[in-house]
Amino acid sequence: MVKVFIYPSTSLILSDMVERFGHNPLGAAIAIRERIQTPGFDSPPLQMTPEDPKKGLKYAAVEVPSGVRGRMALFGPMIEEAEAAIIINDSDLAFGCMGCARTNELVKFSIRKRKEIPILELKYPSSEEEGIAFVGAIKEFLEGLSKNTGGMEE
Amino acid sequence: MSEQPVRVAQLSCGPEHSGVQKEIYDAAAMVNAEMFFPDVALSDIQSAYDEFGLEARSADLKLAIARAKALVDGSVDADAVFIATCFRCSEAAIVRNELRHYIHNNSKLPVVSYSFTERTTSGTLLTRMEALTTIARRRALLAREKQVGITLGIDSGSSTTKAIVMKDNEIVGTGWTPTTAVLESAETVVNSALEEAGISMSDIEAIGTTGYGRFLIGQKFNADLIQEELTVNSKGAVYLADKQRGEATVIDIGGMDNKAISVQDGIPGTFTMGGICAGASGRFLEMTAKRLGVDITALGPLAMKGLSKTVPMNSYCIVFGTQSLVNALAEGHTKEDVAAAACRSVAEQVFEQQLQEVDIKEPVIMVGGTSLIEGLVNEMGRLLQTEIVVPHHSQYIGSVGSALLASGFIKDR
Repeated sequence: MVKVFIYPSTSLILSDMVERFGHNPLGAAIAIRERIQTPGFDSPPLQMTPEDPKKGLKYAAVEVPSGVRGRMALFGPMIEEAEAAIIINDSDLAFGCMGCARTNELVKFSIRKRKEIPILELKYPSSEEEGIAFVGAIKEFLEGLSKNTGGMEE
Repeated sequence: MSEQPVRVAQLSCGPEHSGVQKEIYDAAAMVNAEMFFPDVALSDIQSAYDEFGLEARSADLKLAIARAKALVDGSVDADAVFIATCFRCSEAAIVRNELRHYIHNNSKLPVVSYSFTERTTSGTLLTRMEALTTIARRRALLAREKQVGITLGIDSGSSTTKAIVMKDNEIVGTGWTPTTAVLESAETVVNSALEEAGISMSDIEAIGTTGYGRFLIGQKFNADLIQEELTVNSKGAVYLADKQRGEATVIDIGGMDNKAISVQDGIPGTFTMGGICAGASGRFLEMTAKRLGVDITALGPLAMKGLSKTVPMNSYCIVFGTQSLVNALAEGHTKEDVAAAACRSVAEQVFEQQLQEVDIKEPVIMVGGTSLIEGLVNEMGRLLQTEIVVPHHSQYIGSVGSALLASGFIKDR
């Protein structure tokens, strides 16, 4: 089982596909679930506290807006933990943690910097034909992931 | 509280991820307001921001645009609007500003916008939220144009405490002192005002309080009206300047924070509060006067004799401002030029940081203690390219507004 970071991180389709091929998806739902289910936090609606933007300083400097750093407190640890990643570019609207365009740029950049892990980048499909090729490419990528190293199988 | 909560629509990007959403909720709860996110359909979002014409990249900002449109179209009901985005985000700053304009120009909803950091607290947001709910809830009271009976207004500010006694629409007593202990300062000014008016406390028919110490002194004096300074000052300003009807802009550069308020028929529409640093406040001018060895009352006339452009000064931070001040004096610049430069620096910062966030509509009325510093008024007028109105008793603005509005409670006593 390989830990696969998905982008958009809120994509249920990507998350489901990663799971179907026996891997562990790293997406926003997991990070948010941890916060919502952790007792003691009291900053609705995401149970994030002013401490999170401070944790986000590890990924973005203090000059960066607090919302970016707060979001990076969710995504940063998952990007570090990732053994593979799938990035879908030009996807449709995505809100919530995916709302900030500057965070999204930083998230994609942070994944691309992890040159030692396999990364699949695709464009969001705009026709049925593209859709079939899109799913096929993801399937091939996920099937090829090595269970031990996180690298592609020979 | 038996009153219905005021429904405040939140248009935002980032507060939940900055951990300050709870602070927003807490501030709203303190003034019996209820925050809500206007409901819009996914299909409406694309068309809303296409129509709005601002190509924001952030999805949450697109959502905020669609929500603003729903408020303007009337498909969602609200009593007031709170726009909040991250401090330092330039895209959000553009959207925030445009949405504020859009709502202000196309609806009657009071709007306040704020850029937060993770350190924003409910206390910081309270005055803004209180003003929003006051405008929504007390339109009838704010429409009051004449003071009646005998009323007392007390303004417990961060630097000074002021009191005014009014009788039949006339100011008959004044009191002023630097704020030390909040209650003692209030007692001092009330006694002075009563003495000057030649009346006793038992003659007072209603009392209003405002300013930072409003709750404490309000409790002590059993006030009928305890109200934040944004609505009180704008009411006091248009009353004293005799501009109660039509548009006006009120600028109050205070000891701790500044207020810029766009007013329509005496009722604030949009407003901003707070500078980024004490360098943009009366505090910096106080410090300048001290360093120049003159009384604060002499700073204005001194500045009028100087040339502000000859001295480089940037008070974006009070520490850097002080460095500029000390350097300028060490380089041999005259006191007059340094005083003028300090006034220019404060005016520039208020202009750049705050006045960009409200619509400047004439007349521009400057109030508060700093409006007596003519060098500052002069520099502000130059920046805004307009003649600034400084009404009589402008330094007592909060207490005048309180005394005026408190008279609305006389029959209730």
